[in-house]
Amino acid sequence: MSETKAEKYRRVAYYPGCALEGTGHAYNRSTRQLGKALGLDLREVPDWNCCGAMEAKNIDPKVQTYLSARILSLTANRMGMDVVMAPCNGCYHNLKKAEYDLAHDADSAEVVGRLARKAGEPGYRPGQVETLHALEWIKRAIGEEELRRRVRGGLKGLKVANYYGCMYTRPRHIFPEKDQGPHSESTSKPHFMDDLLAAAGADNVDFPLKTACCGGAHTLSDSDISTRLVLNILQAAEAAGAEVIATECPTCHSGLEMHQVRAEKRLGKRTHVKIIYFTQLLGLALGLSPRQVGLHENVSDAFSLLASKGVT
Amino acid sequence: MPIHEQSLIRPENLRTRENLVLDGVDVSGHWSTFIEARTVTDYNERLQEEIASLPGGEHIHRCWQCGSCTNACTVNAVNPEFNPRFWIYLVRVGMEAELLRDKDIIWQCVSCNKCTYACPRDVFPEGVMKALGHWLELKGHTPKSPSMVFDEVFTEQVMERGRIEEGRLIEQFFKRTGQGLKQDWLIEMARRLLRHLPLAMLTRMGLSRLKAPRTSGWARSRAVLKEYVHEQHARQRSELGLAELVDTARRDAAGISHG
Repeated sequence: MSETKAEKYRRVAYYPGCALEGTGHAYNRSTRQLGKALGLDLREVPDWNCCGAMEAKNIDPKVQTYLSARILSLTANRMGMDVVMAPCNGCYHNLKKAEYDLAHDADSAEVVGRLARKAGEPGYRPGQVETLHALEWIKRAIGEEELRRRVRGGLKGLKVANYYGCMYTRPRHIFPEKDQGPHSESTSKPHFMDDLLAAAGADNVDFPLKTACCGGAHTLSDSDISTRLVLNILQAAEAAGAEVIATECPTCHSGLEMHQVRAEKRLGKRTHVKIIYFTQLLGLALGLSPRQVGLHENVSDAFSLLASKGVT
Repeated sequence: MPIHEQSLIRPENLRTRENLVLDGVDVSGHWSTFIEARTVTDYNERLQEEIASLPGGEHIHRCWQCGSCTNACTVNAVNPEFNPRFWIYLVRVGMEAELLRDKDIIWQCVSCNKCTYACPRDVFPEGVMKALGHWLELKGHTPKSPSMVFDEVFTEQVMERGRIEEGRLIEQFFKRTGQGLKQDWLIEMARRLLRHLPLAMLTRMGLSRLKAPRTSGWARSRAVLKEYVHEQHARQRSELGLAELVDTARRDAAGISHG
């Protein structure tokens, strides 16, 4: 990758989203700390709103497109920036979907344009902003080589299952940059998190459920199915030899944590694999303290495991 | 077995006789079970148009019944009765009564989009599942599903303040679905979270409970979104040939809830 391209991603707009202000606090904290440790500049989008998550589209899909396009518009028109980074899979997915729909669906573009005008906003033109996931941000701005150089202590010997969930890769048409050859992300076998954690020393296990669904959309409204789906993921990770499931989405992360507890309580099925954000793992590998990366803000208690592995 | 025969071999359509002689031939035993002859007359010839008029259902006509959606489906793996391919088939031929047999599980689609990823015809089956859920509810075949209640509580918060706050979300959802907050798993999660005293996180969440986070300068967006959702729901009801809702006052107050 050329120097200028990496340079472009070292200063980006930051859209944390609602979950990172609540249950995903550890992801917000560790993302900011990781950025700081790597000398990356994150500028929070001013007056941001919810992207619509997985719910607004079921009331009306164009409400979600409007909500997400508003973030892109703030990035382009208020901040004058052309890259926005969202660590949450839901936010990332919705911004990418809005970008796609506004460029390819005339009806969406017309309705969302009209709503923005009525709300007195400049509106968003597709192509103004590139949306990145936190994985793509670290991969493009830093990359494995630099990460390998900067890692102190590292994650050596830690057995990790990398879990990407649904919204990072599906449906594929909203991610035109993926599946474009060896340096691009794959929608069927994503590997960006595997690449970064391997560069930090982790021992990635062969995990078949990288893009399985945790039932996050119905985590509270149909909890029994979610518990079964999550238990399947947890057991598959343990069967693959993993001590840790690395996550890159606050909904997946809290879903795994919640249903790990719920499976214990309701089904009597206990699993021991720890659930940790990839930003927490990278932060620790770079020498940040457990509290700096918010390890104490996880429900899944990984302190003794990480200490026994010499990671902390 | 072709999928359209599925409805013919349900136990109630099968007839078995202990002793049976047909045209002088004794067919007792293995050959004594028959499928009851029946004639379907209650087709809803507008069913496909009705589903296509709802958000997500627009592309249902493209389906050529390959079954990739059901094969890829997350929920089908847990419950084989959950069969997107079969429902799409029933809608396309207008077999409304058959579709209604599964009315209580259709809402369980988890939106993982594995079907949409696998579909070679861009039917967007995930969207079709959502359209079916709306249709069932609008036509009065099912009460509001727990998932729809959640979507409404969530989107009302977003439209009102621009952002959600998870504490209120859980509280309101449990209240509207008649569940208590004292769930064993919730108490256990809180206990585990408190083990390492995450003070900054608890303070932040506590402050959000006292004063809900909101997007500044949201007033115009709020008005615009509420008006739009209102228009869309009226349009959908008219597409399905349903009367205007009478209790507009209640709908306006809630912002979203229809009926």
